[in-house]
Amino acid sequence: MSHPSPLRIFLKTIVARAYPRFVGSYRNRTWIVTETLLPLIGTIAMIYVYRALHAPARYLGFVVLGGVLLAFWQNVIWAMATQFFWDRGQGNLELFAMAPTSLAAILLGMALGGAYLSLTRAVTVLIVVSVLFGVGYTAAGILPALGVFVLTICALYCLGMLLASLFLFYHREAWHLADAMQEPIYFLSGFYFPIRSLGAFVGGVGSLIPLTLGLDAIRQLILPGTPQFIPLAWEILAVIGQIVLYAVLSQVSLRYLERRARQDARLILRST
Amino acid sequence: MDIAVETKALRRVYRTARQEVVALDGVDLRVARGERFGVLGPNGAGKTTLIKILVTLLLPSSGAAFVDGLNVVSQSRELRHRIAMVSGGENVGFGMLKVKEQLWMFSQFYGMPSKPAKRRIDELLERLGLSEAADRRVSGLSSGMRQKMNLIRGLITNPRILFLDEPTVALDVGAARDVRDEVRRWMAEDPTRTVILTTHYMMEADELCDRVAIVNRGRIVAQGTPAELKQQVQQNAIVDLQLSPGNRLLDALRTVEGVAGASVSEQDGIDRFSLLLSNDAALGGVMRIVEASGRQIRGVQKREPTLEDAFVKLVGRGMAEEEQG
Repeated sequence: MSHPSPLRIFLKTIVARAYPRFVGSYRNRTWIVTETLLPLIGTIAMIYVYRALHAPARYLGFVVLGGVLLAFWQNVIWAMATQFFWDRGQGNLELFAMAPTSLAAILLGMALGGAYLSLTRAVTVLIVVSVLFGVGYTAAGILPALGVFVLTICALYCLGMLLASLFLFYHREAWHLADAMQEPIYFLSGFYFPIRSLGAFVGGVGSLIPLTLGLDAIRQLILPGTPQFIPLAWEILAVIGQIVLYAVLSQVSLRYLERRARQDARLILRST
Repeated sequence: MDIAVETKALRRVYRTARQEVVALDGVDLRVARGERFGVLGPNGAGKTTLIKILVTLLLPSSGAAFVDGLNVVSQSRELRHRIAMVSGGENVGFGMLKVKEQLWMFSQFYGMPSKPAKRRIDELLERLGLSEAADRRVSGLSSGMRQKMNLIRGLITNPRILFLDEPTVALDVGAARDVRDEVRRWMAEDPTRTVILTTHYMMEADELCDRVAIVNRGRIVAQGTPAELKQQVQQNAIVDLQLSPGNRLLDALRTVEGVAGASVSEQDGIDRFSLLLSNDAALGGVMRIVEASGRQIRGVQKREPTLEDAFVKLVGRGMAEEEQG
């Protein structure tokens, strides 16, 4: 029997799984409040903290860029990594798993669909807060910073796939873990302050999260005076390395845990 | 015989920290290509576990299973192109999508080109009388319409073997009939197609299936055509006895000499007992017990055997009792 090629199925799955998220954002407009106005409030609150402390102007830029990347991190954790938890409860996971597609394609589709909302949120934070508080950036660094941003997002989504495979197996326990890790990750990634402030050891641990080095590199490129954690070129290389590492790990992990899930009846809602 | 599904000593055990549950205990099954094969049994009998193994969602603890000639464990990737599953009470997909969008989405997971997929969806929507709901959101569908949509999802990719797990559960009579009609029509289009159906509606199995297997506590206790299974109770007299409510009577009735099996269900405040009598004289013993219980007789009638009667004889209890544990 001839079937469509695995690549064709992979690509079609990405588009098809992204579709409900695109459509959902169009048909349910409450996201305009939850994905734009509410995050703005959080970012602006941090701006006022720095202002009250009379921090240097570049600190306002740290906060804005932190707010931008925070949108993608939240998308990865709550809309990608945990999604199998919801899908299992609804019965979707069974249908995904018994189709001749790959769970990685399903995850990438979810990510792509969710990235649209995250991008909207990120652009809103970037433009509105920058304009409101007069945050300036180095024009020459914007293009390279965009390149680093793309690399960082790739690494982040590969990490998201790795986390999703863990959720596939541990589901509720993993959910609690993600919840508990949220604040420590905000802290370790230096969302609102330069990572160098944490020192070499803590900063090094935090660097396992692609956001940490990516964010620091972007700051170095467009916010002059950013305290250097490690040289820019090293940071970029490390992010590229993370893309490869997390991509490979996520594939191995997805395959292994999918098999374990079939063995332990974790793909299905148990029924005898 | 061209085999569509075969299992050999298939066993599945669920293990938790505290206990082991044997869901399937050495199941041997052969389903011919082109058959509508029913797997009957009460909740917890192992029907769904069997189906989930056959559709590659669950690994067996031991034994082997082959679907369309492919090993469900080692050749699952190839097999997934050839099968589809539709379960009763499915709430899958995304409520904000329109019916046709949802169906298109699932077709893409099989790599179907969009145009033929959409054509096929339109055709199936028409056949199942859902054309007018094509642009309606999934969240707004009735349970009957939703199940028809789920059936279409299973048929779009033109599977060689279709697994239906309690497909008409909780549907009204009309919707259940439409689902059964479509299954029949789909099978009639191509004699090489095969359907494996689990159900605990005996009438449905009787009406739809060429052959059935009765599963109880993880084992196949009988298999054959519905007529063959009914023949097992052909020599029995089947008596339905309607009594006013009262003390538990079933165990006492089962001890009467000549009673080969008994089951009870409650309907409209009346207990309806079905008795399999190996000889008519047993009815005397039954009546003495009823009289002693103080219950009033609301009706007695003798009738032709059904698959349900065969089930009672083979399993020893009625389906409803099994479900109540």
